[in-house]
Amino acid sequence: MTDKHQEPLIRLAKRSDLSRGKKWAIRLGAILLALVVGSLFIAVLGHNPIAVYRDLLSGAVGGPSATRATVRVAIPLLGAALAIAPAFKMKFWNIGAEGQIMVGAIAATYFALFWYDKLPKPVLLLVMALVSLIAGGIWGFLPAFCKAKWGTNETLFTLMLNYIALGIEAYLQNGPWKDPKGTGFPIIAMFDQNARLPKVGGIHIGWIVVLALTVGMFLYLRYSKHGYEITVVGESQRTARYAGMNVSKIIMRTMVLSGAIAGLMGFLVVSGADYTLNTGTSGGVGFTAIIVAWLAHLNPFAMVLIAGLLSILSKGSNTIQTNFKIPASAADVLSAIILFFMLGCEFFINYRLIFRTSKRNPAPAAHVPDEQNDPKKEDRDLG
Amino acid sequence: MDNLINFLTAGILAATPLLFGVLGETLTEKSGNLNLGVEGMMFMGAIAGILGPYYYEKAGGTNPYLALVIALLCALLCAGLGALIFSVLTITLRANQNVTGLALTMFGTGFANYFGEAVGNSDPSGFLSVSTGVKGIFNNPIFPESLANLPVVGKLFFSHNFMVYLAVILALLLAYFLGHTRTGLNLRAVGESPATADAAGINVTLYKYLATCVGGAMTGLGGLYLSMNAAAGVGGAWVYNCVNGYGWLAVALVIFAVWNPKRALWCSLIFGGLACMRYYYPISFIPASIYDIVPYIVTAVVLVVVSLKHSRSNQPPESLGLSYFREER
Repeated sequence: MTDKHQEPLIRLAKRSDLSRGKKWAIRLGAILLALVVGSLFIAVLGHNPIAVYRDLLSGAVGGPSATRATVRVAIPLLGAALAIAPAFKMKFWNIGAEGQIMVGAIAATYFALFWYDKLPKPVLLLVMALVSLIAGGIWGFLPAFCKAKWGTNETLFTLMLNYIALGIEAYLQNGPWKDPKGTGFPIIAMFDQNARLPKVGGIHIGWIVVLALTVGMFLYLRYSKHGYEITVVGESQRTARYAGMNVSKIIMRTMVLSGAIAGLMGFLVVSGADYTLNTGTSGGVGFTAIIVAWLAHLNPFAMVLIAGLLSILSKGSNTIQTNFKIPASAADVLSAIILFFMLGCEFFINYRLIFRTSKRNPAPAAHVPDEQNDPKKEDRDLG
Repeated sequence: MDNLINFLTAGILAATPLLFGVLGETLTEKSGNLNLGVEGMMFMGAIAGILGPYYYEKAGGTNPYLALVIALLCALLCAGLGALIFSVLTITLRANQNVTGLALTMFGTGFANYFGEAVGNSDPSGFLSVSTGVKGIFNNPIFPESLANLPVVGKLFFSHNFMVYLAVILALLLAYFLGHTRTGLNLRAVGESPATADAAGINVTLYKYLATCVGGAMTGLGGLYLSMNAAAGVGGAWVYNCVNGYGWLAVALVIFAVWNPKRALWCSLIFGGLACMRYYYPISFIPASIYDIVPYIVTAVVLVVVSLKHSRSNQPPESLGLSYFREER
């Protein structure tokens, strides 16, 4: 019978007393641990992980041109993460940023291909930005409407829309928009100078756009009425309804915003970086952005750092592919491992583990009872 | 008529990897865990299932039956390992299931392409592929030719490789398990209301772990099918990104099949058919790239239609996607 009141080996207690510094120390520790685990994947291929990590870093930020290339990678990533943030805050699992980027890019490309000689450059660029916002917004509205009206599963719906957007792009590239001057290979023509974004500091102007968006999204989520409504709907739709909020409207409005920002990123990619449209235009950015948003705890400023980190991984992975013949998929593996560790470490931030002190309980751990049924628990917590 | 039979046969083959995915995810979701990492786990099963026999043959092994067993074990274990990562993070460490599943998809995709490319590069041929013997053991029909030559039914029912029949048997077994065994009913109780199950003395954590890991391992067989039977048209070789959305289709099909393994049979058959329809029934005014996305369009429509009608028997497990913390009852 004494076994019945045995204290479990490990007990959990919630904690909320951790300082900000300690929290980030735990998270930083998790990233370091993730890099250690990631180095196993490198070591398996017979390379020295430290040398590989060094080359990865120098390939990404080792010089002005490399750094500029990394920033170019970071621009749509940060922008898409900002797009996802309000949706995720609302617990609307929008994994369709990929498709929203694509339709935005398609819409912008239409004007770049067919209106470049009819409009002056500033007007053309503004029109391209506008239509990319609208197209992305529509792509975000569809799942939101179905979710709000009928409760359609938004995760899968947004995902299917990704494939559909990709299919539309493939159709345009192989058919109506195929470059007539191309050598039979189905590609879309390069944009005219008129349809290309100007550069500031050697990088297309998109970086200013996304930094402005970062501040804007922070203010929107933190200080606006909309931001408050998003938070309430995310916490509990019932509470929101009880408080008189129109939940359907909030869901649709937020997703239009989310899709529109993602669509704008499509415009930045085609008009600022690639100068053309192809099946790789969104290139997984919409998915990586989910990681960025989540790791940053949906805080726009933290997203800048995380997007930077993941862009370094992504750009650097090209360098290690050249130098060591390590497949570029290493960036995916490393990012995912970092995410695993960051997801896991939250547990240690939110909960305290209490190990059994052996001298108080010399009995062997033959039976581990439910701690709630343990009458002595209160006493021990105090002692 | 011949075209129809050929089309249906191809549909059955295309449906098989989907069916494995749907069955595995159904088992997982019945425990209340929504694992969005099916795509990743299928990738892990696909690469491990081909690496196992590849190294077995490199080491001088020649017995194709042993290679088959190795491939199955590797696929099951590796995909199960992915599910284990998911389980530890969501069940023990209480992480968000949606994000963890997405991370698992990203990990599995990267993992498979990483090793697929690295091993392929190190091989003298430049490819990661297995011998014809192993390919044959996976792809040859298991019934004698005389049966397969029967008119109509021969080709439809007796001309397939063993993986097809394995998937069908698995579906029937899973249906029996979930509907007619005590363990299966306990599992469903865990998925519907973990607190009630816990009060009834069911070990919720153990059930969730087992269902998620076994379910994940099953989806790995779908991945194995893609690399061993379907890749590059003949199978037995690693093709970059070979899973290519099949895992996500499987997750959607679970909803379409309303968490019912028997319905999963014909649901995956419909989608298998849709996936290869354009090769048998080309429609002149629909361009190929639009025809290719028909399964996804249909899935989106189906999702909406399923959500439109709210019947009592068509509901997901009550606690799906929610973590269970005994302390927060």
